[in-house]
Amino acid sequence: MTTTVRLQREPFDAAKEAAALARGRTDIGAVVTFTGICRADENGEPIAALNLEHYPDMAEAEIGRHVEAAFKRWPLLGVSVVHRYGRIAPGEGIVLVVTASSHRQAAFAAAEFLMDYLKTHAPFWKQVEKASGKTGEKIWVEAKASDDSAADRWAPAPTKRETAK
Amino acid sequence: MKVRYFAWVRERVGKAEEDLDPPAEIATVHDLVAWLARQGEGYAYAFENPGVVRSAIDKRHVRADARIAGAKEIAFFPPMTGG
Repeated sequence: MTTTVRLQREPFDAAKEAAALARGRTDIGAVVTFTGICRADENGEPIAALNLEHYPDMAEAEIGRHVEAAFKRWPLLGVSVVHRYGRIAPGEGIVLVVTASSHRQAAFAAAEFLMDYLKTHAPFWKQVEKASGKTGEKIWVEAKASDDSAADRWAPAPTKRETAK
Repeated sequence: MKVRYFAWVRERVGKAEEDLDPPAEIATVHDLVAWLARQGEGYAYAFENPGVVRSAIDKRHVRADARIAGAKEIAFFPPMTGG
């Protein structure tokens, strides 16, 4: 199994990362690549850019813990996660998750699981740089309850005793 | 111990990190937050709604009832918005 967790300021090349994960392997039958991209609007308002603050050492450790959990849960053959920080312009990638497995189900599920946990558990904070009104004004993006519930659905199923309560 | 602040918690406190030596009776993250909130206007603003601020001890998420004894680094930050 191959694991890459990388934080960087520079843009990434999703196709290159996916190719690197599968290179020289003949056991991999499925590669899922997810790219989160900076939109030009936030809550209907145009934005100039996103600025991402992060907690450097913890971000790597936390992502690594979730990658480890994904390996325990699905028969994966490789995972790459690249998360950017700093200023990100609309149209640019923010985060990349690549999962590889023998069959598609594990690769799809693990990619979704990792993204749901990254959004709610990886220590990154987005700040919007406004493009209208007070141009250049910076506003912190608020966490969404829908992201919390997306992550919650991966929690282990309740035990019989808990269900009986 | 080293205390670090991120995003709007950092902006409100007015610094990214500091070394603190809280009194011995401060046992949990919850106690530390209550103590910090009394350290000045910026701190009071940052921790005005303690249920919102998240915390980590030595780079792992913890709940407010986590004990701080032995912690090298404690961090406070808003709910995360990465990905």
